Amino acid sequence: MIWQIELVVLLIVIICGIGAITVKDLLGAAILFGAYSFMMCLLWAIMGAVDVAFTEASVGAGVSTVLFVATVFRTSRRTKD
Amino acid sequence: MKTLGIIVVLLFGSLLIYCTLDFPPWGDPQAPASMHVSPRYIERTMQETSVPNIVTAVLADYRGYDTMFETVVIFTAGVACFFLLRIFGRIESESRMYRHIPTGITLRISKDAEPPRESREFERIDLAWVPYDVVVKTSCRIIVPFCQLFALYVIAHGHHSPGGGFQGGVILGASVILFAISNNMRLSFTRISEKMAVLLCGLGVLIYAVTGALGTLLGSNYLDYGALSRLFGVDPVTARSLGILFVEIGVGITVMAVIITLYYNLASAGRHDEGL
Repeated sequence: MIWQIELVVLLIVIICGIGAITVKDLLGAAILFGAYSFMMCLLWAIMGAVDVAFTEASVGAGVSTVLFVATVFRTSRRTKD
Repeated sequence: MKTLGIIVVLLFGSLLIYCTLDFPPWGDPQAPASMHVSPRYIERTMQETSVPNIVTAVLADYRGYDTMFETVVIFTAGVACFFLLRIFGRIESESRMYRHIPTGITLRISKDAEPPRESREFERIDLAWVPYDVVVKTSCRIIVPFCQLFALYVIAHGHHSPGGGFQGGVILGASVILFAISNNMRLSFTRISEKMAVLLCGLGVLIYAVTGALGTLLGSNYLDYGALSRLFGVDPVTARSLGILFVEIGVGITVMAVIITLYYNLASAGRHDEGL
């Protein structure tokens, strides 16, 4: 494999992971987490685990992001208590 | 307290990274896993199960118990989400929104007033006002059937290519979510109702367990699909391939239903009236 691509993907994984837990906005965190999942999917594909990559792409990057966004849609800007 | 937390995380993180140095290198032919476990499956999967994709064979046949209880875990997650979030009993919102389709005028009607009859001219819309978007609706209507066809392909073709019950089920669930997002949640309830989604959650696990139990009934071990050969009148190798297909269908149904249940409950906050 081309190690430069792997290095770039790994760096984006780390940046997205740190960004997802530090960013204040919940919607931003959900999107960053989706990007993190997609980069993990690329990593699995690079390592030859295509089945795992497929699962990560459909579950991690696809449906769980939708579920997060649907839940964030139900939250309000300020707490009620 | 915060610095203490960071110190603990860094300590255990570096300990974990230090421990991974003891692992054999990635793809090392001298590693114990490559010496004993992998060759057994690589050499004999094809003649024992006639499934070219070894990952599927290991997942659904050699490690059948593992996958069965994974399916049970997914089922439990869906049921737990249902019981935590679902609000039983109808809570009527203060007012309802209707759109007059020919003119595009939006009506707000209070709870006590008589609503317009559901007809071609009026459609009920969500309280968070959504504009009428013919592009989104039409393109999603075209995409959804292909999405579902691809999901069925992924489930049925899991023997030969990457994929299988989990991935296909997720794509099937995602197509229903796409339908619910592009139209509205009430319309998707008419396609797959809440009761049906929850029943399908259990049905998938049941299909898996019954396929395993058939092996016991036919005088073999639980989840030994080779015993199904007498039922279908084929040789045991083909029967194992067929057994994997049945099991994958069960997994796909459960995963699809759980994804839909999660979406219905999360997006409508358990009220099941309107959502994203």
